[in-house]
Amino acid sequence: MGAAFFYVIMGLVATFAVIVASLTHDPNFAIHAWIVVLAALVAIVAGLNTFDPEGKPKPAKGKYLDGVIQAGVIATMFWGLAGFLVGVVIALQLTFPALNLDTAYTNFGRLRPLHTSAVVFAFGGNALIATSFYVVQRTTGARLALGNTAWFVFWGYQLFIVLAATGYLLGITQSKEYAEPEWYVDLWLTIVWVAYLAVFLGTLFRRKEPHIYVANWFYLSFIVTIAMLHVVNNLSMPVSLLGAKSYSLFSGVQDALTQWWYGHNAVGFFLTAGFLGMMYYFVPKQADRPIYSYRLSIIHFWALIFLYIWAGPHHLHYTALPDWAQTLGMVFSIMLWMPSWGGMINGLMTLSGAWDKLRTDPVLRMMVMAIAFYGMSTFEGPMMSIKSVNSLSHYTDWTIGHVHSGALGWVGMISFGAVYFLAPKLWDRQGLYSARLVNWHFWLATIGIVLYAASMWVSGIMQGLMWRAYDNLGFLQYSFAETVAAMHPFYLIRAAGGGLYLLGALIMAYNIARTIMGHQRREIPMGFAAPAVQGA
Amino acid sequence: MAQPEHDEMSGVETTGHEWDGIKELNNPLPRWWIWTFYITIAWALVYTILFPAWPLIDGATQGLLGYSSRANLAQSVQQAQQAQSGNLEKIRTLPLDEIRGDPALLEFANAGGRSAFAVNCVQCHGAGAAGAKGYPNLNDDEWLWGGTLDDIHHTLVHGVRHEADENTRNSQMPAFGRDGLLERAQIADTADYVLSLSGEDHDAAAAGRGATIFAEQCSVCHGANGGGDRAQGAPSLRDAIWLFGGDRATIVETITNARRGVMPAWGDKLDEATIKQLTVYVHSLGGGEASKPAPAASVEAPAAAMP
Repeated sequence: MGAAFFYVIMGLVATFAVIVASLTHDPNFAIHAWIVVLAALVAIVAGLNTFDPEGKPKPAKGKYLDGVIQAGVIATMFWGLAGFLVGVVIALQLTFPALNLDTAYTNFGRLRPLHTSAVVFAFGGNALIATSFYVVQRTTGARLALGNTAWFVFWGYQLFIVLAATGYLLGITQSKEYAEPEWYVDLWLTIVWVAYLAVFLGTLFRRKEPHIYVANWFYLSFIVTIAMLHVVNNLSMPVSLLGAKSYSLFSGVQDALTQWWYGHNAVGFFLTAGFLGMMYYFVPKQADRPIYSYRLSIIHFWALIFLYIWAGPHHLHYTALPDWAQTLGMVFSIMLWMPSWGGMINGLMTLSGAWDKLRTDPVLRMMVMAIAFYGMSTFEGPMMSIKSVNSLSHYTDWTIGHVHSGALGWVGMISFGAVYFLAPKLWDRQGLYSARLVNWHFWLATIGIVLYAASMWVSGIMQGLMWRAYDNLGFLQYSFAETVAAMHPFYLIRAAGGGLYLLGALIMAYNIARTIMGHQRREIPMGFAAPAVQGA
Repeated sequence: MAQPEHDEMSGVETTGHEWDGIKELNNPLPRWWIWTFYITIAWALVYTILFPAWPLIDGATQGLLGYSSRANLAQSVQQAQQAQSGNLEKIRTLPLDEIRGDPALLEFANAGGRSAFAVNCVQCHGAGAAGAKGYPNLNDDEWLWGGTLDDIHHTLVHGVRHEADENTRNSQMPAFGRDGLLERAQIADTADYVLSLSGEDHDAAAAGRGATIFAEQCSVCHGANGGGDRAQGAPSLRDAIWLFGGDRATIVETITNARRGVMPAWGDKLDEATIKQLTVYVHSLGGGEASKPAPAASVEAPAAAMP
């Protein structure tokens, strides 16, 4: 693609967006149009640096396209900090409602999707895109396909994040959990995602290895399934092509079922399959050990892929959803237990023969803790899908605790591990700035998660029991406000846990920044308490 | 083909593949893992035979146990209703005084009233019924519209200033300042007099001037002594209980712009048994007054209420 073509396209995009901004009667939609104008102008300015005077892309350096992965690592850190910060803020809003500040823009209802999207799609998504680009190049021996399309995927995805996040604050939402962005943002993400799929598949086709490594199976299943889920759940009719609002194609319980088919598989394929792909590369690399069992990886991969997609109805137990669909959602969730644990076994057993490294390598420690939390939350999930358990746990904080032991424990920790692995490699440094700071991060994050999950277990189960408590004469024992008051101390503990987790991530950002700058801290290596004492 | 490669550390055979230095061992599936997987599948099959599960062209299999979540819900609701129906029927039909006289029924009505209060009333009157600014405390023995069972019942059914209900408790204090009935200085004097009624700090000279204004403008409703008049919902000004606040600034504000507290009429929202339970419950909170056998003076006669 020549420079002239690039400038023409960006100019057209900017012109089109200016026209939309001037025609629309929807002020929020106009703001989004202006953001697109700005993005196109920034792209033109950036293009002046990318193309040489003859209008050809500068020749690529090195065997692999790693610049986009560097950008992805930085974006992962940036959005991670933003998402964790908003998480702590809304945890405090629940504890002290005055912190809603009484404006629409800072209200919990708008900040909550900002938090979930920032951590799932911005932090998690950037981590997945960056690591998948790294892993697919290393395990195929091929450079990323389709030239600079990977850069389009990266910047296109950041634009999606900015449009989604600003939309939440402006009050633009289609009110579908984890799929809040409106139709035009959804269309944009679809274009970006198809480009992502094309780059990934194209690279696989160019592979120099005869076989496709297991990590790539997981990454590919994640990319393909998310494309399908995203398109189907977001089928909708805009009220006007010049306005943000749209109406879903589905209604009533069909809409709910479609939404939770999407919502649960966003967990299954985004937060599980994608990050298993991450685990399958970075754990054996960091431990320097072979994968424990090839056969297990095949069986648990296909079992996971096949079973996960049916489990969504367990989000709709005891609702208008027909009983038969509830039953199937539940039994598929139970059958999903072992396929999920297959990944845990393969990850943990890969360390056999290398357990001693946990004493000296805090990055590996982080990855192992991630796998442990993965195992715990994939046991808890099927358990909570059992209808009699669900009748207590549903709509309570227990669900929030469950999600966060998976999100903070599994997704967060494995991503941190991958970023710690990648930073020295991508910037060609000898090692991380400080292993001891990684250890600090590890403990802050772990204690933070324990505080978070434990407080939500207690709070959630208490909440569920209070809701269903009757006195001996058959009257409800507690008012809703009484249950809220009873949860206050646990909200405080939860916010403290989230604060520790955020603090750990700040330490990480510092550590990664110093690593990129090429610094190395003079410190006693891990596993040695003091210079005089020898590690046994 | 050459001998399969073996991992040095574990002695396990590898698959012979290698990607970026990563190899794979060819360990078998852990037995406990595969057997647990089989068991969950077998359990799932059995479960789907026992419970509604397999979608058909028209509907779905019903399962051998005949389970239905809707039927279960209907059954437990019916059981709960049956368990309460005897007491509820008595409450619906018996006069309020008799409900109070029957210890078992009183306990039931109090429990039901507390539960209904937690759903319908706490939003304004607070979880402990202690009220808030503009919303009366129901724990004390100061009543705007009367504290006997019948008074409370009437207030609950018809509400306060609920315009859609013609029997609602209704009255309106004039906005003396806003409507130009009194000068600013007169209002300040009246406020001093009102403060003096409950023994608060006040300017004696101003209160003296205010007494005249009070007698002309206020005593019609609040009484010559400021003792209030329940027929009009005019609060007593002689005690330390204030609906909107008893400091000088708030009293001036009240005289200037008046107040108009409202309460919904619950008669068309809640059934009679629930309203009667609420009546008994509110009556029992601390300030319930004994029913008046005959029209008598406004003697404070606290009921034998619980502490």
